[in-house]
Order: sequence, then structure tokens, then C-alpha cells
Amino acid sequence: MSTARLTIKGLACRRGGRLLFAGLDLDLTAGQSALIAGPNGIGKSSMLRVVAGLLSPFAGTVDASGTIALTDEAAALDREKTLRATLGFWATLDGAGLDRVDAALADLGIAHLAEIPVRILSTGQRKRAALARTIASGADIWLLDEPANGLDTASAQALAAVVERHRAAGGIVLAASHMPLGWRHDAELTLTAPDEETT
Amino acid sequence: MIGALIVRDLNRALRGGGLWLPLAFLLLIASLFPFAVGPDANLLGRTGGGLLWIAALLASLLPIDRLIEPDRDAGVIDQLVVRGTGEGTILLAKLVAHWLSFGPPLLIAALPAAALLKLDSSTVLMVELGLALGTPGLAALALLVAALTAGLKGSGALAGLLVLPLAIPILIFGAGSLSVAGVGALKLVAASSLLLVVLCPLAGGAALRAGRD
Repeated sequence: MSTARLTIKGLACRRGGRLLFAGLDLDLTAGQSALIAGPNGIGKSSMLRVVAGLLSPFAGTVDASGTIALTDEAAALDREKTLRATLGFWATLDGAGLDRVDAALADLGIAHLAEIPVRILSTGQRKRAALARTIASGADIWLLDEPANGLDTASAQALAAVVERHRAAGGIVLAASHMPLGWRHDAELTLTAPDEETT
Repeated sequence: MIGALIVRDLNRALRGGGLWLPLAFLLLIASLFPFAVGPDANLLGRTGGGLLWIAALLASLLPIDRLIEPDRDAGVIDQLVVRGTGEGTILLAKLVAHWLSFGPPLLIAALPAAALLKLDSSTVLMVELGLALGTPGLAALALLVAALTAGLKGSGALAGLLVLPLAIPILIFGAGSLSVAGVGALKLVAASSLLLVVLCPLAGGAALRAGRD
């Protein structure tokens, strides 16, 4: 895991004919964390989706060495299954066991919900469940889109502790948030809309 | 990876009424048809095989709005892609799961349905062979159109309208195998089916990729 690295050079993203941001550079090595800040709609989520490989960049390159896990607004949990079963499906794909799922649930304080169907979880509980998938995945690079949304103070602190542990183990965290997060950042990027008008 | 996906999709299909829904659908049509056209065994025997083909085609459409859209909407497809799963692989897994959830139940239901329609044994054999060869193609077509229309408003109704004309070749060859054309038409069913099965992961995967941008 100590070889994880994320290098972004001259990244630009264009959605719906509009240039969201351009000329973004970032270099994160093992154990580092960065925060993408900026107002709503500026392209924070799009940037994470580009890094995750879900969108192709308009310009620039993203080089990631290490496995990537993404937590975004879509929970991607099967509503009718129990929390443990639906996270277990993803753990299987990630080559992890149910023990890692249980550990991640305990880290975020939702171990008692393991046998509850996902459909009756609250917003904050569902957010924590989606974060637990990333924690259990064992991926080197965590991409967290608004990780503190819907979390209460205790959960936010629990998440910060897990992030620090991930960094201590040589992992990389790239988080996008419009509000402060409870952990230290080695780099902070504030996205701003490019000045020039584009067509 | 693909095995886990197939199991998951099949489980979801079963919870959503897979297996028994196509079975009940086919039997319902086969039992209503004699009421509509009269119990003339000769007429039923001549038209019943074609009726089973129409019922099979419509049965493949029953879950069309549940094939792609819920997973796309919930971010499941995004999560799979982040893990390095190709869109084509995702569609292939969904194709296998969709076929398993309606193909074999239809083949089973076709037997009592054939009895209700008073089909002779050689017709039953041709219907069963034709459906076994044709249902993978019907599953692929439904899935392909589901991928193309995922995210659109009213996609379920639109998907139905798109599938029906595209399914006509399979229907013609399938129903044709029951008359003079026989085994030759079955080969054409198999060919159309194979084409759709190959096309579905490629074109559907491209549709999912394009839909993300």
C-alpha cells in the first residue's frame, strides 16, 4: 500500500458544453490527503468522477497507482437486502471477507444495524453504510464526495479517525466537501470557474 | 466477479416476481385464448404455436424497466465500473440472469399451455426447440433496449415500443418453424438470437458509457 500515488496534471472537465474547471494539478503520495473545496455546482463531484475513471477528462491526465474506492451521493446498496448482505456482495467483489465488513461497520458505529434491511435505514445511516463499503474495500485511494453530509458529530469524528488510520497505513484520501472535515489535509484545492467564456 | 453479479441479479429478479410471473403469464394467455376464439381444436392447433411465441416475446418485456435503471440510478453500475468491471461484462451478467429468470420458466409453462391449446406433439417439440433457441435473443434485445433507454422519462413504455419491431425477425422465424419451413427456420432463429446475444453487451455497454457523460 505504501506505493500508492495519485498524480493529476492539467486536469480540465467539461459537462454539458460548459467548462467546469481547468488546469488542475495535484500530486499525492502514500499517506497524504487532499481536500477539494468550492461552492455547489463548481465541479467537485465531477472531478472525483474523472479521477475514478467514470468520466473522461476534457484535458489533462490522471495517473493512479493503487486501487480506488469511491463514495458518492449514490449509496449503491440493495434496498431489500440486509446491510451486512449488501456490503458483503461488494466485499466479495473486492476480495474481502465479511470480517472486514463487520470491522468497517463497527468503525462507523453501525454494527448493530448489520441485520437490518437497507430500505429502513436513515439518511445518515445509509451514508455511513456507503462509507463502510469504501473502508472495507481495502482500496489504496479513497475518493470521498461530501463524506460529512448527513453525519452527526460523533459519526464525523469516527470517520476522521478511520481516515487517519488509513493514511497512517499508507493510503491516500481525496475528499470533496463544501464544509470543513475533521482531518488534516496535505493539500487543499479550491475550484473556481474559469474566466474565459467557452462555447 | 461475473458469477457474483449473476447471482445478485438473479436474486433480484426472483424477488421482483421472476420465475413465476412469466410462467403465470403464459398459462393465463393460453387459457384465455380458447375463450376468445372458441374451443375448435383444429383452429387452436393451427394458431396456438404462434400464440405461444407472442406470449414469450411479451413475457421477455415484463421486467424491462427493472433490468438496468434501478442499478444505474442507485450507483451500482458506477461502483462496478470503479472496480474495473467493464460495462460489457455487467451486461453479460445481466443477460444471463434475465434469461434464467424467464427462459426456463417459459419452456416449462409451454408444456401445459400446449395442452390447453391442443397442440400436437410435433408442434410442441418445435415450439420448445424454437423457444430454447429464441429466448436468449429476446432477453438480449430487452436488455439492450433497457440499457439504451435507462435514465429517460417513461423509459418502460418507450422500451416496449422499441423492442417490438426489433423482435419481429425472431417472431417470424420462430412461428415459421411451426409451418412448412421447419428446421430451416429454427436455424434462422438461432442465428438472430446469436447476433443479439453478441450485440447486447457491446452496444448496451456503449450506451451505458455514453449515458454517464
